Amino acid sequence: MDKLIEQFFDVEVMVAVLPTIIQGMWMTLAICAVVIPMGLFGGLFAALGMLSKHRWLRWSMIIFVDFFRAIPPLVLLIFVYAGLPFAGLRISPFTAVAFAFLLNNSAYYGEIFRAGIQSIGFGQSEAARSTGLNASQTMTYVVLPQATRNVLPDLISNTVEVVKLTSLASVVSLGEMLYAADMARSITYNASPLVLVALIYLAALWPLVRLVSHFERRIAH
Amino acid sequence: MSSFERFLDTFFNATVLEKYAPAILSGVGVTVWLSILIIIAGMAFGTLLACLRAYRFKPLSFFIVIYADIFRALPPLVMILLIFFGLPSVGITLSSFMVLFVVLALILSAFAEEILWAGITSIEKGQWEAGRSTGLGFTQTLIFVVLPQAMRLAIPPLTNRAIAITKMTALGTVIGVPDILNQASTAQSFSGNASPLMLAAVAYVVLFLPFVILSRWLENRYFWRKA
Amino acid sequence: MSTSAPPKTASNVSRPPSLEVRDLNKYFASFHALKNVDLLVEHSELVFVLGPSGSGKSTMLRCCNRLEEPDSGDIFLEGDPVTGAKVDINAIRQRIGMVFQSFNLYPHLSARKNVTLALRKVLRLSRDEADARAEQALDNVGLADKADNLPAALSGGQQQRVAIARALALEPQVMLFDEPTSALDPELVGDVLSVMRDLKSSGMTMLVVSHEMNFAREAADRVIFMDQGALIEQGTAEQIFENPSHERTRTFLSRVTGAD
Repeated sequence: MDKLIEQFFDVEVMVAVLPTIIQGMWMTLAICAVVIPMGLFGGLFAALGMLSKHRWLRWSMIIFVDFFRAIPPLVLLIFVYAGLPFAGLRISPFTAVAFAFLLNNSAYYGEIFRAGIQSIGFGQSEAARSTGLNASQTMTYVVLPQATRNVLPDLISNTVEVVKLTSLASVVSLGEMLYAADMARSITYNASPLVLVALIYLAALWPLVRLVSHFERRIAH
Repeated sequence: MSSFERFLDTFFNATVLEKYAPAILSGVGVTVWLSILIIIAGMAFGTLLACLRAYRFKPLSFFIVIYADIFRALPPLVMILLIFFGLPSVGITLSSFMVLFVVLALILSAFAEEILWAGITSIEKGQWEAGRSTGLGFTQTLIFVVLPQAMRLAIPPLTNRAIAITKMTALGTVIGVPDILNQASTAQSFSGNASPLMLAAVAYVVLFLPFVILSRWLENRYFWRKA
Repeated sequence: MSTSAPPKTASNVSRPPSLEVRDLNKYFASFHALKNVDLLVEHSELVFVLGPSGSGKSTMLRCCNRLEEPDSGDIFLEGDPVTGAKVDINAIRQRIGMVFQSFNLYPHLSARKNVTLALRKVLRLSRDEADARAEQALDNVGLADKADNLPAALSGGQQQRVAIARALALEPQVMLFDEPTSALDPELVGDVLSVMRDLKSSGMTMLVVSHEMNFAREAADRVIFMDQGALIEQGTAEQIFENPSHERTRTFLSRVTGAD
């Protein structure tokens, strides 16, 4: 039992590594600040593409979305980071992460937005168009606001996934929270830095996870 | 060489592919085997937890909720590293395969529990009453009347979640599980060529794309039934 | 306030009533839903329960098989206690059949399987025995040819008849009906009432909560009127409909028949 505490909950170690972890946390936040909005916009674009009247656009979007939902994010990240240099492109770890996650998130957010938009019945757009609004105004002012409200729990749930995904950046040596913690672990031979990072993730994400559960239950009825 | 030829040589080099294809294939075997185990264990445990929650013993439900929350809020990689590096010093040594299996199965069980629980609570009271009124016990009603209906509701979200989690087997690379990505990374370092990575990407897509398409089809079916 | 129970005749004084409700009280939070309700249902009687919504009639019915838990009072089935901590409620419920307003058929099972589920799991009949009983039960309600259909493929009236078959297959001693036709389109009501009529002729003890006054007139042995949780009065259908003794009964009847 003591060994357990010593290995996982050594407060001294946690306090000692805290500054490094906090630095890592800023990087985590920076990644989120870039990746989440990009993913949302990419997703919106993908969703509209999947619902387009033009068959070629619809099908290429669906193929794009399904492809990037099928490939594991880590594989995509490593491919972008380690593979592209072979083709002559030098990119920083941050750019690699941003690009790989843009592709991955657009696919997932895209699916969510598509389902949301489709759940708004035709009646809404018919009503809007009959008052003279054009297609993009209808989408912007009538359909999208309602669609977003309908799929808010899914959007939040996916955003939680995206935040968790940032930990993958540690694999390509981007100095976010998990990278800092793993470095600290290998230096101290102690797992407490990892526990510290786990606690930080819990503190940040637990409320959101609870929120999503609450929403999911309400919608199921 | 033209840039197209260079592209082909970098990502589709036949010599390199031929040399490392067997390794990648063995990686496929590991990934598939892991995924099957994770799905069976995760679903089974998640179903058990959701059923236990149906008995509404407050202390038990409390722990189940805490468990589900923690395993859904923590990044899988954090948990994998924690268990892999931390456990040996308290005397428990698990292979990297086992660590990956246990962590991902537990994560899947947490999501499965929440999804199934949402399904169970959405089954109207009348179904419970009909079962009980014919003399079926609580457990019998749960198993034969409520759970089958809840599972039907749970299939689309469960499929999505299972795909997402089995894709995380790629994280095994970080702790040395000889999965597709690991084999490909090693091959790439040795050969100085990106073709193994391309093959890995293709392998993953070939493995998971059918399930992604299946889940899309399932959601359409469910969507119309609901509407 | 209850009027006296029907007089004990020589034929039934030796045998306990099918269903006996004594001094039943039920609260929903602070709302007193059932106030000291007493009721006797003798063998092969069809007792019809009338009253405005919120009068507690469904609550009383649901207390009889403890789908609602009474707060005080006793209930007896053929003299055996239904209420009480040591009672095996699953065993009691095998002897009481219940038909719900919203049918509550299991949507994932065929009509046949809806009926055989309890036969297999509660009565532990073999598959052949259960199937045979189910076929008989479905045949009795006129739906033998629909045995393999899922509820979604059946009309409301057919679903309710399957629900009745499901309850009858266990060969209960009493049948409880909670507004069996209220959720049905008018043209389907007749089929269900016809099954209930047949059931009455076969001698089943029935306690029916419903708004079908004409059915009460032709089939009920006794009609009771409930209002605001209390049993106001009871008598034959003729007595209650033509000659109610209480003001509240009169008011209710005039409102209901006036609205026709």
